[in-house]
Amino acid sequence: MKIVVCIKQVPDTTEIKINPTTGTLIRDGVPSIINPDDKAGLELALTLKDQFNAHITVITMGPAQADAVLREAFAMGVDRAIHLTDRKFAGADTLATSHALAGALRKLEFDLLVTGRQAIDGDTAQVGPQIAEHLDLPQVSYLEHLEYDGNKTFTIKRATEDGYEMLEVDGPCVVTVLSGAYKPRYMNVRGIVEAYSREVEMWGFEQIEVDEKRLGLKGSPTRVHKAFSRGVKAAGELYEVDTNEAVGIIMSKLKEKFII
Amino acid sequence: MDFSLTKQQQLFLQMIREFAEKEVKPLAAEIDEQERFPMETVEKMAKIGIMGIPVPTQYGGAGGSNLMYSIAVEELSAACATTGVVVSAHTSLCVAPILEHGTEEQKQKYLPKLATGEWIGAFGLTEPNAGTDASAQQTTAVLDGDNYIINGSKIFITNAEYAHVYIVFAMTDKSQGVKGITAFIIEKGTPGFTFGKKEKKLGIRGSATSELIFENCVIPKENLLGKVGGGFGIAMKTLDGGRVGIAAQALGIAQGAMNETVKYIKERKQFGKPLSAFQNTQFQLADLQTRVVAARLLVRQAAYKKDQGVNYSADAAMAKLYAAETAMEVTNKAIQFHGGYGYTREYPVERMLRDAKITEIYEGTSEVQRMVISAALLK
Repeated sequence: MKIVVCIKQVPDTTEIKINPTTGTLIRDGVPSIINPDDKAGLELALTLKDQFNAHITVITMGPAQADAVLREAFAMGVDRAIHLTDRKFAGADTLATSHALAGALRKLEFDLLVTGRQAIDGDTAQVGPQIAEHLDLPQVSYLEHLEYDGNKTFTIKRATEDGYEMLEVDGPCVVTVLSGAYKPRYMNVRGIVEAYSREVEMWGFEQIEVDEKRLGLKGSPTRVHKAFSRGVKAAGELYEVDTNEAVGIIMSKLKEKFII
Repeated sequence: MDFSLTKQQQLFLQMIREFAEKEVKPLAAEIDEQERFPMETVEKMAKIGIMGIPVPTQYGGAGGSNLMYSIAVEELSAACATTGVVVSAHTSLCVAPILEHGTEEQKQKYLPKLATGEWIGAFGLTEPNAGTDASAQQTTAVLDGDNYIINGSKIFITNAEYAHVYIVFAMTDKSQGVKGITAFIIEKGTPGFTFGKKEKKLGIRGSATSELIFENCVIPKENLLGKVGGGFGIAMKTLDGGRVGIAAQALGIAQGAMNETVKYIKERKQFGKPLSAFQNTQFQLADLQTRVVAARLLVRQAAYKKDQGVNYSADAAMAKLYAAETAMEVTNKAIQFHGGYGYTREYPVERMLRDAKITEIYEGTSEVQRMVISAALLK
């Protein structure tokens, strides 16, 4: 069984502060992490490796520093890492990004392609589904759980707004995973010790199958109209009371708002 | 010269800090209160390789460095000093002497189980009448055919009944003084080997500390570690390494108390402003931070020298002396910054002060460290 996992390096948005005068993000000193949905996807793949001895390839597209997320993936247990980087990819929106990734993925064999649902620095949830469309593969988004029959069929629990769906799909297929679906394991110490002596394959435009016009800024139809920070909600009311009294207050507030 | 961690070490720090924050810190107050050994944490640490960091991969370890190991003990101890010493005693006092002085057969037999955390290690040198004066050993080992017969007792043994393998020192020839001390590897379950009373301690209360009792305990000759009469040298070398671990533990406690203090003084308001806005607070905090950073440089230097294979005995002593005294000062002042709240068990700083004290005592008191440092200077 072969699995490919797409991961993205993102700023840890829980650590980001907003400049109160300009309303822009202060990114200085903010640590970079593996996007949480992607990390859950990585754990899904590692779980299948534990069960079925699957071979895992991880791929990321990004600048030189994105190497760090591939090393982390090595330390968690993946077998192969590809770093997709080229000046021609710079300035890509989701469409151009998915074209570049699909171009690389055409060069790889897999039974299952895993992406995160969305990245915390963009929140579009578009790249995974777009890749599936470019590759003409079946896709299941918002994955909560996956079972594999050991042959070719996946049984997938998919979250919807008001419940979930159970789907059966044959590989090769694409899934996009929710961050809560699989709790990522810790990197193991031996994996960390060896992470920087293992080979990350560097792939550029020359290594992939894609039309150059579809890449980078030129291939990106999206234009940012305006960026703004969401208004701050009211501070709320704070009560320091015992549990019984707290339940009473909550119930009366819920009734007041006609929620119950 | 480069003071920054390598990318590999940074990746390790990222992992161990997250592990300590999510898996170790939430249990710290509970295991202290209940005086309970954190077995569930040991199992989690074993799974990801923390019980065998500086052990070569051929013996089932992670193949990491002593610097990496010191970072692990520091980060674990910043969350919970008990957890830090479980790893330190296991790694520095049991795994290291087998790795450094064991025969190939002994390494093959013990290291894979220890490095993977299937077994926990311990070390028995101290006796009721042999503390700092380790040469006054009264435990004896008498050769009888292919076996040694051990009689005596060891006290204040960390990991105690939770360990499976013990490095134990005994007199094979009393007439030779320190040259009559020999080291042995003794397994739990050996007939004649039992445990005495469990100590009730001021701090590191989750760590198991008990007496080891040997009554006509028969062990095979193959369990002799190093040479007959070479035990004192093994003990001293082992303690050099152990001091890097305890220095890292003390440093972690100090850093943990700093983290709590910085958080608290930004939140706590008196006279209409946060405590952090008072210059007296700022000046004291600056002094404490300077000490913590200085301690870290000493700890990392000692670990680095051990990795380089050069003599680091005095470096380890300086690191432990300074880090332990820093831990005492920082935790003491941390309580003062917290005021009455800091004296209660609602906040972790009182535990940190109780945990800090032992770092001035075990694996060589601060007085012993001063002896080691000046002896290296005056030789």
